[in-house]
Amino acid sequence: MKSVGHSIRKIDGMAIATGKPVYTEDLAMDNALVVKILRSPHAYAKIRSIDLSKAESLEGVECILTYQDVPNARFTLAGQSYPEPSPYDRLILDQIVRYVGDEVAIIAAVDEKTALLAMKKIKVEYEVMEPVLDFEQAIGHSSVVHPEEDSSCNFEIGLNKEKNIASSYHEEVGDVEEEFKRCAVVVEDVYYPQAQAHTMMETYRAFSYLDHTGRLIVVSSTQVPFHIRRQLARALQIPASKIRVIKPRIGGGFGGKQTGAGDVFAALVTLKTGKPALIIYDRKETFSCTTSRHAMRLRVKLGADQDGIIRAIDMQVLSDTGAYGEHAPTVLGCVGHYTLPLYNKTRAVRFDGYAVYTNKMPAGAFRGYGATQGTFALESIVNKLAERLKLDPTEIRLKNISKVGETFLTGQGVMLGSTSLDQCILRGKELIGWDEKFPRREVGPNKVRAVGMAITMQGSGIANIGTASAEIRLNDDGNFTLLTGATDMGTGCDTILSQMAAEILEIPMEIIIVNAGDTDTSPYDPGSYASSTTYVAGTAVVKAAEELKSKILAQSAAFLGVTRGDVELNGLAVRTLSGNQEISFAKLAELTILGTGKLQLVGYATHGSEVSPPPYVAGFAEVEVDRETGKVELIDYVAVIDCGTVINPNLARIQAEGGIAQGIGMALYEQVRYDELGKMATNTFMQYKIPTRKDVGKVRIEFEASYEPTGPFGAKSIGEVVANTPPPAISHAIYNAVGVRENHLPITPEKVFLGMQK
Amino acid sequence: MQIELTINEKAVKWEVAFDELLADTLRSHGFLSIKTACDTSCCGLCTVWIDGKSRLSCSILSLQAHGKKITTIEGLPKEAEEFAQILSAEGAEQCGFCSPGFIMSVLAMKNELVNPSEEEIIHYLTGNLCRCTGYMGQLRAIKTFLGVV
Repeated sequence: MKSVGHSIRKIDGMAIATGKPVYTEDLAMDNALVVKILRSPHAYAKIRSIDLSKAESLEGVECILTYQDVPNARFTLAGQSYPEPSPYDRLILDQIVRYVGDEVAIIAAVDEKTALLAMKKIKVEYEVMEPVLDFEQAIGHSSVVHPEEDSSCNFEIGLNKEKNIASSYHEEVGDVEEEFKRCAVVVEDVYYPQAQAHTMMETYRAFSYLDHTGRLIVVSSTQVPFHIRRQLARALQIPASKIRVIKPRIGGGFGGKQTGAGDVFAALVTLKTGKPALIIYDRKETFSCTTSRHAMRLRVKLGADQDGIIRAIDMQVLSDTGAYGEHAPTVLGCVGHYTLPLYNKTRAVRFDGYAVYTNKMPAGAFRGYGATQGTFALESIVNKLAERLKLDPTEIRLKNISKVGETFLTGQGVMLGSTSLDQCILRGKELIGWDEKFPRREVGPNKVRAVGMAITMQGSGIANIGTASAEIRLNDDGNFTLLTGATDMGTGCDTILSQMAAEILEIPMEIIIVNAGDTDTSPYDPGSYASSTTYVAGTAVVKAAEELKSKILAQSAAFLGVTRGDVELNGLAVRTLSGNQEISFAKLAELTILGTGKLQLVGYATHGSEVSPPPYVAGFAEVEVDRETGKVELIDYVAVIDCGTVINPNLARIQAEGGIAQGIGMALYEQVRYDELGKMATNTFMQYKIPTRKDVGKVRIEFEASYEPTGPFGAKSIGEVVANTPPPAISHAIYNAVGVRENHLPITPEKVFLGMQK
Repeated sequence: MQIELTINEKAVKWEVAFDELLADTLRSHGFLSIKTACDTSCCGLCTVWIDGKSRLSCSILSLQAHGKKITTIEGLPKEAEEFAQILSAEGAEQCGFCSPGFIMSVLAMKNELVNPSEEEIIHYLTGNLCRCTGYMGQLRAIKTFLGVV
């Protein structure tokens, strides 16, 4: 293959690396109004009165909007395919504020200074109520976070507002209790992954204006332009046809930008004033007023027979969705969906889950989407089981993992189409030096080194829900335009999708123009999330390219006066099999578009998959622990990955290294703290420690390609699965080093030290 | 008030407010490579050179730039492109938002450190955060750029 499988540089790489003006803020008009948000200082309160008189009289203040100025239609900020599973439980501004940071007023002024001064002059009187801060106390708490009558769901998600339950989910196959009785060994434990912050470098931002026909244009740093359009239409109560959402280059997302943030405030200001408006969340707002990973409590019980075959799994999950239910039901469901199929020798499995409302920042989508939390719990308990059975942790996985052609209990008969997870485990074991290093070695008077491991899976797209369309045109000058709604957020999908188109059309990538992420011009795509783009949008591109190729061959054959079977592609031309005649793409374009052909050749395809094939990772950590201080140093991290065919090895490698680093942060450094009044204390990089380049040790990636029959060129996904193994693998290594099982993430030196004192 | 400075080898007189930060002044004059991302002097995205030394433009008042020689990535097109070629060949720019500041630090390091070890490279660049790449690809690119193993 000439394009697919090669480490091709990203088509936007040089522009973004050298600071060209291609991001949202760079594109905003200089005269745009600056939009700032007055936020609640209370975790739970009702607004009694708002006095705007002093603020409104300031020169340069354009408008100040409160809950009295917004449409009365509840919506969700979750960017999901319609009908969204997330509850419609928020207004643009509400009389009730549900967490410290919840929006109270929108201020638009000619500049930032004026907007901030106006904010100080707004007087709000609150009726403060008792907040629900501990998610383990949420169900049945005397305070009800959502007392309103008019919130709603598109379908049954197990919402029970009176009990603060945003969503509940139950799934059971077989009799778990009976199966546990038959098991030779049963282990259980409780795990607490934290509400990790995305901390993409470009904070949330959008700018909006009215175009020459009076339509609302929103340029947004988002992963989901089509969902943002639908969300704005509902929230603002205007037709979606009156809105255009454009996604420029965006500075990272990690799932955060699968949830709306700020777009609706800028858009409302533009609708009210007719003027361009720009909103930029600062870092504190990004930390404390957007979304995070769902903090969870996971009780997991595992039963196995004497040979170490896992026969029963019971997972009870409590998920903290915070003040609003963005992604609450789906993240909850994915905890089980992306973990239980790993081990398919089970005879019974049960999953019981509740996502609860609390008066804290809402949780949302975050790379891994429930799988990360579920993997931490399940893999930790599998490591515990291995120890109990005196089995090597790698062996117990190899005995239990699913194989090609097999099904799993909760999988409704879907067969596994591809896996090289066994090879991933064996190769990872070799790379880390498992046999020499497991479980531990003394390396100094107070220092010990140890290894730990975990495996994980994810999906590739959302089966039967995620559909992507793609269009490829032969242009008048013989070049091509690829139109896609997929949203490159730095991940490189504009490049990868054109690699696929180039492969099918047998053309160099340089003659493909990629036009993406604009709801006016792009064919529909849900956006870049759920590990969809390579697998779902990629297949749409392949199909569209094949259709165009077929049309090019047929049309060329007609011009050459031969049959369709007598021609083939040859560079930038079509020639007869005998090689006697040839017509260039440029000539073909001229004849079809400009001349007598009267038919511009276009390939178009819509694709959705009935399955969501899992990519896999086997992750291995080596740590050094200081027995005197509890300090953990990550020495080495090896991840061996099965993402099917690797479309672009360098881009896949970077995705993997970055995902592992985020997982390392979650495992060791990224602590989320709230004060007793419900204010987030860890709202800057001074308090919330993401890994620097000194904190990640050495991360090594290898690929063990499998071939997924339903994927484009055999590819599966990679974006999310790579984030999941570090918490359980590092936790395992620390346990092997000093015998401390720390189930509350992150595993800080203090916790390790205190654990060693017990 | 008015300040006089040299920006990318060009002498300019700019009107700035007493509390204006250099990062904001630079952006307002069209140097849009300057990104800010933390408000706490932690992330390194806004890195420029002041008299040849890499500095955080978000943590310096524009007034303090009076009489100084400021260099942004726009002023180093050749050097920046040379390294960006290597960086993007690795795929290690990812979202690209931290890249201009990171590249300014890398180029400053190249001027300051002779044949640096891996440890010295990592130490020099610790103040440049990146959330996408996990840093490994950046390190590979730097080693290629500097010709060190």
